[in-house]
Amino acid sequence: MSMRERVKELRKQSLEAVETLSPERAQLLTEFSSQDMELVSTPVHRALAFKYVMENKAVCISDGELIVGEKGVAPKMAPTFPELCCHTLDDLDVLNQREKTSFKVSEETRQYYEEKLIPFWKGKTMRELIFKEMTEEWKSAYKAGIFTEFMEQRSPGHTVLDGKIYKKGMVDFQAEIRASLARLDYLHDPQAYEKQEELRAMAIAAGAIVRHAERHAEMATALADKEQDEKRKKELIHISQVCRRVPAQAPRNFWEALQYYWFVHLGVTLELNTWDAFSPGRLDQHLLPFYQEGFKDGSLTREEAEELLECFWIKFNNQPAPPKVGVTAEESGTYTDFAQINLGGVREDGSDGVNEVTYLLLDVIEQMRLLQPSTSIQVSKKNPDRFIKRATEIIRTGFGQPSVFNADLIGQELMRMGKSVTDARGGGSSGCVEVGAFGKENYNLTGYFNLPKVLEITLHNGIDPRSGEQLGPATGDPRAFTSIEELYTAFEKQVNYFVEVKARGNNVIERLFARYMPCPFLSILVDDCIAKGKDYHDGGARYNTTYIQGVGLGTMTDALTSVSYHVYDQKTFSMGELIDSLDANYEGKEVLRLMLLNRTPKYGNDDDLADRVMQRIFEIYFKAVDGRRNTKGGEYHINLLPTTVHIYFGSVTGATPDGRMAQTPLSEGISPVQGADHKGPTAVIRSAAKMDHVRTGGTLLNQKFTPQVLNSEDGLDKLVQLIRTYFRLDGHHIQFNVVDAATLRQAQAHPEQYRSLIVRVAGYSDYFCDLSKTLQDEIITRTEHEAF
Amino acid sequence: MSSGTIFDIKRYAINDGPGIRTAVFFKGCPLECWWCHNPEGQVSQPQLILRENRCKLSQACVEVCPQGAIVWDDRPITDWEKCDQCGKCAEVCYAGGREMVGRDVTADQVMAEVVRDVPFYDQSGGGVTFTGGEPMLQTEFLKETLLLCKEQHIHTAVDTSGQTSWENLHSIVPLVNLFLYDLKLMDESRHIKYTSVSNKLILKNLRKLVEAGAQIIVRIPLIPGINDDDENIKLCATTLARLPTLEGIEVMPYHEIGKAKYQSLGMKYKLENVQPPTEEQVFRVEEILSSQGIAVIKHQGRAL
Repeated sequence: MSMRERVKELRKQSLEAVETLSPERAQLLTEFSSQDMELVSTPVHRALAFKYVMENKAVCISDGELIVGEKGVAPKMAPTFPELCCHTLDDLDVLNQREKTSFKVSEETRQYYEEKLIPFWKGKTMRELIFKEMTEEWKSAYKAGIFTEFMEQRSPGHTVLDGKIYKKGMVDFQAEIRASLARLDYLHDPQAYEKQEELRAMAIAAGAIVRHAERHAEMATALADKEQDEKRKKELIHISQVCRRVPAQAPRNFWEALQYYWFVHLGVTLELNTWDAFSPGRLDQHLLPFYQEGFKDGSLTREEAEELLECFWIKFNNQPAPPKVGVTAEESGTYTDFAQINLGGVREDGSDGVNEVTYLLLDVIEQMRLLQPSTSIQVSKKNPDRFIKRATEIIRTGFGQPSVFNADLIGQELMRMGKSVTDARGGGSSGCVEVGAFGKENYNLTGYFNLPKVLEITLHNGIDPRSGEQLGPATGDPRAFTSIEELYTAFEKQVNYFVEVKARGNNVIERLFARYMPCPFLSILVDDCIAKGKDYHDGGARYNTTYIQGVGLGTMTDALTSVSYHVYDQKTFSMGELIDSLDANYEGKEVLRLMLLNRTPKYGNDDDLADRVMQRIFEIYFKAVDGRRNTKGGEYHINLLPTTVHIYFGSVTGATPDGRMAQTPLSEGISPVQGADHKGPTAVIRSAAKMDHVRTGGTLLNQKFTPQVLNSEDGLDKLVQLIRTYFRLDGHHIQFNVVDAATLRQAQAHPEQYRSLIVRVAGYSDYFCDLSKTLQDEIITRTEHEAF
Repeated sequence: MSSGTIFDIKRYAINDGPGIRTAVFFKGCPLECWWCHNPEGQVSQPQLILRENRCKLSQACVEVCPQGAIVWDDRPITDWEKCDQCGKCAEVCYAGGREMVGRDVTADQVMAEVVRDVPFYDQSGGGVTFTGGEPMLQTEFLKETLLLCKEQHIHTAVDTSGQTSWENLHSIVPLVNLFLYDLKLMDESRHIKYTSVSNKLILKNLRKLVEAGAQIIVRIPLIPGINDDDENIKLCATTLARLPTLEGIEVMPYHEIGKAKYQSLGMKYKLENVQPPTEEQVFRVEEILSSQGIAVIKHQGRAL
């Protein structure tokens, strides 16, 4: 199938545009904040700031576009958020010059930052406030790389939309807001005034997004007046009509539905730089009524729907993730902003969610072959095999999409965490692998947690050998431990300690966002913020989850298995000898290291001994985190995923007892240590499935296949069965790289010839050449399943 | 319980029978096919295999070898004439540069591994495939393992050359769901030349197996220049056409993946200068077979 001319052009434009830092939003916000203003409440102030941006930012309608609106002034222009994190001149230089995921910073921008922005925002940013409010323990642990902090440069977002915008316009939401205002009980509810201010802020934000759309309508009309080409003229007139209709009113057709979502997407991601951007979630289900209606009344063909979707896809690809620096750039070193579109699954009544739009979207994914948006299939036992088969045909082409999720298990996970059956069915996965009740939940990922680093500290009685600092409690010198149980006990104490340091920080940061950084626009979109009169950041959502993401499970498992097996069981060597070897980074201890690598049970081989160790580590981490209360009326839960942090965490972690050398990458997600699994994918799946996934909010399993395994229909059918079996065993998610190491090595050597090579990293796809050398090497060393 | 010698158990075997399977490789084979891609399956006893890319140049192997079969010349050089396959060098090679291939196992031990993938068999309609080497060389051990599979309702396939007594073959028929039966060459003298045995017994056993009502897929390895000539293929076709109850025929194109293993085992690869057949060559052969009314299970980029 050949690509339409229009789409080809827009796609090319998107691929060729260079990521550039756009100072526009920062400028507008500074202008707004410099105004001489009367005193208003914080939510209203934030809403007025949002309104100012919506009313004054440049409007962009590119040639040939059908879906309009950009975050920046043009594709790939990334706005900044100085109220959260005001980049320093050094930051700007790093962004401009770094080899990977750079953003062009013009001399003009740099000068503007130097003269206006930096002086103005000094002492006024969330980033400064957060670091000021953290304890010394928190700061030492953060600096040592025991955990990261998601909110130091970006705001909580991590949420996905449900179907509400396809039924209601902003005027309807405004009516709901008025009704909620009218219900306020100033006599008995001490919070009535706070609620009033939050609701007024929402009303302002709703008006602002409508105005933003109208400005697009005006521009489309102006462009139409000048347009010579009759066909394009008609399109522009139609665009102006669409933009006058949505988001003010509920959409009436397929085109309006897509454009409505896109305005909402822009609104959410311009109000704040929310993690994981934003996502329409279960798009096939949301679009189905419009698709069917259009067919019935003859106003829409499959080709037209496809073209609109392709234009919609390009809009996502035009928005690189907000420019990140420091640890945030290390943990999420990618342009991808993690908007993940879900296909399939079940409907809210529990029936099969696969429909004709699902297959249409799969065609679009295959055709577009773009990094963004991320896409996933949600596989339920109720879905037909051909749905998975169609997805595997795309997976086989080797760009890591779509990823594959267990919809039935996700439902169970969500229900365990307190969601109603209906809300759970309406949920899914977002970002990399994390789950939430779409349109009804604030599920906030707060940072990665470096499990192997905590083991390193445990092996050194609470001291980080890298700095010599006493970071954790003194839990005893393991050289004196007489059983593995003593080590487990000490490790558990250390995990609990650092989780508490992290959770204390989280609970403060949550309050800081609730108090200083409300997001009235996002609050309109998430139930029950309007009904409660509460902000999304302040417990307004129906469900409120705080996640801490565990990292390095494979490395951890193999490390503790090594100790258990060699020190206490086989008595191959003593604990002292082992710790000395680790401290020496195995220098002069090659035989011992080889024994650890090659003569030790390893996770990922369906070896019960190693897998039981994995289960224990899981329990320790689960108990340390799960069920703690957060400040929004919800609870803490765990998930297990790394994005790119396994490289950073590895770089701050010394040699580990699994034979891993200091500073090298950790294992990613719940995947086995790279190259440690040698019994094929069924053994990996059996090992991974011994974890109780239902008690997580998402786990990430990566598998790499050589293209040869999937080069036949039969090979694809067997991949479908492999996926089905993992899900029968209650696995959460699996994703595939279909590429051989030889190709990847070629790409490393000749990047110029492999610019378009896309691989699956961990929870997202990326251009191989955009990855750091260490991450490239890590992907190459992952075990490759071959046919035989 | 008797024990047998196997050289590998591979899970997610997707080319040897229906569904997702586990392949159990028996060690030892009465044939010596020139194109054999599992040369470690030929000898019955455990043997040393070198994985030189893993060698860490420790010299431990040189020191430990009681035969003095390993000498140091910037790297360990093995004199295969002197090597008596004692395995001492593999024991001390923690890098995995030297390994003994082949181990004695009981049927229970094999089953412990096989049952691990039952969820995959259930989902995909798969099971276990006994291959090798030649499983029929260890009939008693095979039978015992097959019996355990039957008890657990696990689908079984046996991949055989057919070079065994009819008594042996007959004795396992009730325990086997599917035979994968190799047919290489119709001309007896050529068969002897390239496999070291006559094909008389093989062809006779195939006919008897059909008569006994066994489910059989016949697999023809396609080796350009050796058995891909029209004469051989047509003879295969007419012979097979007389066996109407076959499940089907599979053509297995020759590949060179096994070639490197010969050197690592101190063995000589006799099949020089043969290229894998092209898609067209495979298709042509499949056409000839189909024209005789034989059900051909289509070649799908499958390996031999």
